[in-house]
Amino acid sequence: MPSFRGVDYLNIDLMLSEEELLVRQTARQFVDEEVAPVIKDCFNEGRFPSQLIRKMGELGFLGANLTGYGCAELSNVEYGLVMQEIERGDSGLRSFASVQGALVMYPIHTFGTDAQKEKWLPRLQSGDAVGCFGLTEPGFGSNPGGMTTTAKQDGAGWVLNGEKTWITNGTAADVAVVWARTDEGIRGFLVEKGMAGYTTSDIHGKLSMRASVTSSLMFSDCRIPGENVLPGAKGLKAALMCLSQARYGIGWGVVGAAMDCYEAARQYTIERKQFDNKPIASHQLVQAKLAWMVSEITKAQLLAMQCGRLKDMGKLEAAHISMLKGNNTAMALDVARTARDLLGANGITDDYPMMRHMANLESVKTYEGTDHIHTLVIGERVTGIPAYK
Amino acid sequence: MKILVAVKQVASRDSALKPAADGRWIDESDLTYEINEPDAYALESGLQLKEQHGGEVVVVAAGPARVSSSIREALAKGADRAIHIEQDGLDAWDSLSLARLLAAAARSESPDVVLTGLQSDDAGRGETGVMMAELLGMAHATIAMKIDVEGGVLKVKRELEGGWFQDLNLPMPALLAVQSGINKLRYATLMGIKKARTKEVKVMTAADLGVEAAPLAILERLALPVKKKQGEMIEGTPKEQAARLIEKLRFEARAI
Ligand SMILES: Cc1cc2nc3c(=O)[nH]c(=O)nc-3n(C[C@H](O)[C@H](O)[C@H](O)COP(=O)(O)OP(=O)(O)OC[C@H]3O[C@@H](n4cnc5c(N)ncnc54)[C@H](O)[C@@H]3O)c2cc1C
Repeated sequence: MPSFRGVDYLNIDLMLSEEELLVRQTARQFVDEEVAPVIKDCFNEGRFPSQLIRKMGELGFLGANLTGYGCAELSNVEYGLVMQEIERGDSGLRSFASVQGALVMYPIHTFGTDAQKEKWLPRLQSGDAVGCFGLTEPGFGSNPGGMTTTAKQDGAGWVLNGEKTWITNGTAADVAVVWARTDEGIRGFLVEKGMAGYTTSDIHGKLSMRASVTSSLMFSDCRIPGENVLPGAKGLKAALMCLSQARYGIGWGVVGAAMDCYEAARQYTIERKQFDNKPIASHQLVQAKLAWMVSEITKAQLLAMQCGRLKDMGKLEAAHISMLKGNNTAMALDVARTARDLLGANGITDDYPMMRHMANLESVKTYEGTDHIHTLVIGERVTGIPAYK
Repeated sequence: MKILVAVKQVASRDSALKPAADGRWIDESDLTYEINEPDAYALESGLQLKEQHGGEVVVVAAGPARVSSSIREALAKGADRAIHIEQDGLDAWDSLSLARLLAAAARSESPDVVLTGLQSDDAGRGETGVMMAELLGMAHATIAMKIDVEGGVLKVKRELEGGWFQDLNLPMPALLAVQSGINKLRYATLMGIKKARTKEVKVMTAADLGVEAAPLAILERLALPVKKKQGEMIEGTPKEQAARLIEKLRFEARAI
């Protein structure tokens, strides 16, 4: 498998430091050597490549922008570059890394007690333990604030009742960060595999994110000890802070999926000949599509880069992240579809990555805030008028 | 055990190369760089020797400022510190003059083992390591495939022609020029990349090393082979034509 040379029309690499380039090189090499050879079969068979979890931990990909507990302490631009490369491999693998780092390790790191951090962070970083994040419910997706899962205090502990669904890594998780309604509002809890009253089951029949585990979590009088409440995770705002971390990574990740589709189409159109034995890339209509794709990818890269630099300065806002996630995901889907067009019939087979990325990106468009929701966030930001209801 | 690894930075594989305007070297404007492949295996061998026998891995790299990215990569993979001999235009230097720079840096470290790649992926001369060994007065072996240390002696397996191998014992200090592909290269982990920041890189000039920054010979011109397409009509009777053609095919084209 030839190694990926990157898409850098505008010499954006000049904006990257030696260290940032080296971080990307490690992630790129990992994807070329360990992900690319196996991902097609994983997707076709509906199987998560769990053999890669420990390796990702060893290389530092899990919780990579967090500090301490064995984490790599990357800058946010470096973290974004890692997400970009992993999603060039597959959105399912990037989802795993996003959930583990941004939705499980981040809340424990930000809202947890020292004991919780020491118990979980080193194991989640190394990949010895897997985590999941339970916010969505069957009746509450875009509007998680309406959740009906409850947690009632009972002596020193808590009792959880309800159901979470569409939960990435659910059945594989050793620990679940679960959001539930209490008498004092929404709070975050750590539910551990094997706790009485806690069961999980996988969602089957997915035609997207097939190389990722997606599950439902059921709580029926599930008793958890008092030490498993995340003391700082109070209110929906805490959950949204986690989502902001993950959405930021997604905004970079999808650029990787788009790059993979574009590059495959670029190479194909130069080699494929039609009409007078001329490469199809010699036709203006084909070039228009390639030019459009590389322009969109380049703009998305710049958006991601600026958000990364802002995040490193502590100035990135949720409304910025909505633009990043919304724009770049829509861009990646359009690029996947356009790249598929250029391959004609070959484009619909699994010899090429477009259909897999395209199917995956449909989930990416829906999760972590749909396109509508991010549009509404931007709309509220520029008008001051919330229009969600 | 102190292990010194000489690392060269070269243009990335599959780069589109064209001669520079002054004809002295390749045009570097759009190039990306990487660690010369055999040197990456030399580094990996050094890191494995350190893991087995303890000690220190010191990287030495000569070249312009951009070479720092390859030094950083070597440190990220686990080398302990580095010497950067900062010198422009080395690509046009003869091997002996370069070997003098590298040997001077090596001498100041008194290493037990010096590892180099067998050859560089760009110039491909395959002689710098051997020259370094001569300048340092060290035993050396080339095309090293397997390196062990037993009782203070280096046990080296060399690749010979035609599928033959040679097992050698070398006293230390010694220099080994390492073949590509002899081990599995490790990744620079993200933690290693962050740690590299704290490691020492000593930047030295030729003058610091007491070596004159003047090559003995210089590459004057680098050019792509000129493509000639020239037809030739062979005259005479068919028999004479056939005889001429066979002669040409045999002695000019060397096709038969
Ligand atoms: C593969 C996958 C993995 C996932 N992983 C996780 C996970 O790990 N943890 C987790 O908690 N959740 C996860 N989710 C769930 C995901 O976050 C939700 O699916 C998402 O929030 C959308 O909710 P919904 O599916 O209920 O759609 P709905 O909210 O029902 O939305 C359906 C449509 O209605 C539109 N809509 C809704 N409200 C409005 C409005 N006010 N204005 C305009 N349009 C509106 C939406 O934009 C969308 O087009 C995952 C989903 C998928 C597909």
